[in-house]
Amino acid sequence: MERMTDNTVVLRNVSKVYRQNAIAVHALTEIDLDVPRKDFMCLSGPSGSGKSTLLNLIGGLDRPTTGEITVDGQRVDQLPKGELARLRLHKIGFVFQAYNLIPVLTAIENVEFVMQLQGVATAERREKALQILMEVGLEGLESRRPGELSGGQQQRVAVARAIVSEPSLVLADEPTANLDSKTAENLMQLLVHMNTEHNVTFIFSTHDKRVMDFSRRLIKLRDGRIVEDERRQ
Amino acid sequence: MLRAQPLLLTLAWRNLWRHRGRTAAILFALALGIWSMVALAALSRGSLEGQLQKAIGNLTGHIQIHARGYRDDPAIDHRMPAPDAALATALTDPSVRVWAGRVRVPAVIASERESAGVTLVGIEPQREQGLSFIGTAVTDGRYLESPGDTGLLLGRKLAERLETALGRRVVVMSQDVKNQVGDRGFRVVGIFDAEPEAIETAFVFVGRATAQEMLGMGDTLSEISLRSDDRNRLEVPLSTLRTVAPSLDIEPWTVVEPLLTLTEKIVNVILVIWYAIVFAAMSFGLVNTLLMAVFERTREFGLFQALGMPPRHILGQVLVESLILLAIALVIGNLGALATVHALRDGLDLSAFAEGMEYFGVSPIIYPALSVGDVTMANTLVAVLGLVASLYPAWRAARHVPIEAITRV
Repeated sequence: MERMTDNTVVLRNVSKVYRQNAIAVHALTEIDLDVPRKDFMCLSGPSGSGKSTLLNLIGGLDRPTTGEITVDGQRVDQLPKGELARLRLHKIGFVFQAYNLIPVLTAIENVEFVMQLQGVATAERREKALQILMEVGLEGLESRRPGELSGGQQQRVAVARAIVSEPSLVLADEPTANLDSKTAENLMQLLVHMNTEHNVTFIFSTHDKRVMDFSRRLIKLRDGRIVEDERRQ
Repeated sequence: MLRAQPLLLTLAWRNLWRHRGRTAAILFALALGIWSMVALAALSRGSLEGQLQKAIGNLTGHIQIHARGYRDDPAIDHRMPAPDAALATALTDPSVRVWAGRVRVPAVIASERESAGVTLVGIEPQREQGLSFIGTAVTDGRYLESPGDTGLLLGRKLAERLETALGRRVVVMSQDVKNQVGDRGFRVVGIFDAEPEAIETAFVFVGRATAQEMLGMGDTLSEISLRSDDRNRLEVPLSTLRTVAPSLDIEPWTVVEPLLTLTEKIVNVILVIWYAIVFAAMSFGLVNTLLMAVFERTREFGLFQALGMPPRHILGQVLVESLILLAIALVIGNLGALATVHALRDGLDLSAFAEGMEYFGVSPIIYPALSVGDVTMANTLVAVLGLVASLYPAWRAARHVPIEAITRV
């Protein structure tokens, strides 16, 4: 059942415990969080603080041990596998640290991938893919496969894939981790543009100060808990 | 699933060629297996067909008519009257292509030097043309000219054994209708060659009227043999003949020569066993290749799920890969088998290895015969069971938890 809400993401009392052999590892503990629409939010904290776990839970890639997670009005912690896949397909875009492009598809085919699963007509998705590739500065590289692109170019393809179908929410896990300063800045400017022009909500996890500087909200995590929630101008 | 089909097809096709060597190796193995299934079936069918044609040509025909008891004890006591009007009319039915009445009794043949047990066959020479092998088998001397011909046709091997020759005299003895020894001297007027060679020592041929006179049979017969247009469609002539001659034993070749029917069944069973063995080997290779591909692409499958691809599409993608492999292998394997059959259209000569097989009616030269049923069975088995075997790796690919797959190193 879909509920309309002003928040794209709502977390209530969310905890995640992993079991490693007989030892319980508390990755997240009693997280409460509201992420309004069009937010441009950054999760920061040291390694092991729970940033990636939180992103994975919000994206429905993993399930919380306890608590409720709502994305665009849908309880992702309760959705069955198929419904979760549908939610991710239509409402969530992912940008991973390690690019995660499909190696046998060209740049433009990678961008079209999600739209093809959504059933967007060939001409329409081709036009949208070309447009977004142009926006991320990859005009002329459409036919190259990931192996023929630099790290920065691959990450831009991954961003283009995440935003081309204008999802409600984009989750980006360390999106600039493997990029040089110039490329990282260009990428962040592109995401800001998508946020302001296309009303897409962004949640990042990062160690990168450059990324934090772009965010309007900075949440700091430590030992699986939110220790600071700072609004910025 | 339908709207994702082009995507699945693209992914499957390109993934197959990520490791060209591996794909080529499994394609070769699959094609080789399919080739062996179809080619071996063609050779087996060809061998069986050769046996059947020879057996039918070697006096059996498609249908035989006897007095009851003759097939258990083929002696003169179990003779039957000449065809009455009703049976003669039935034998002229269009479903009967050619027929002949014969005298066929056990006998002893003796030359000046040797003697041998044989089957004496009294024939109507003209009617045997197109019915049995003897019409065209005489290679030295002449064929019999009429039912009253007093000459004798002798097999080449028997002539050697009896140390006799064309133009020489032999004596044939058998039991006559009065349980007395009926005997007669014959001049060897023709020597015949036959395949298998055992036929040359088993039968001697004389004119039917001459044999009837020698044995005091009048116009009675031992058997009537006939051929129809199709040996596998004998229901109509059998039914007609049994209606007009209910007191006679009228049976198709499958009953008269049960060994042939058994051979056909054995060939079918051997083919099925062969198919199973080849398929098992092929399926291990196929499943192994797909499993390797699935394990290598664990991260990709996790990514697909993270991007919103339903697990059933991932299952579908692996199955499409399998289907493409199987389809290419089927085309190559079948073309290879067709080429093999074409190359062997003049026969595969196994005479160097198969002398003893002649005694079982197996020709040393095998002419491959492709059967639509065998080809269909081999192809269907490989395609359907190949896909079923692929379900396991496909299921493995689809059951990954996205986060575990993506974070896997």
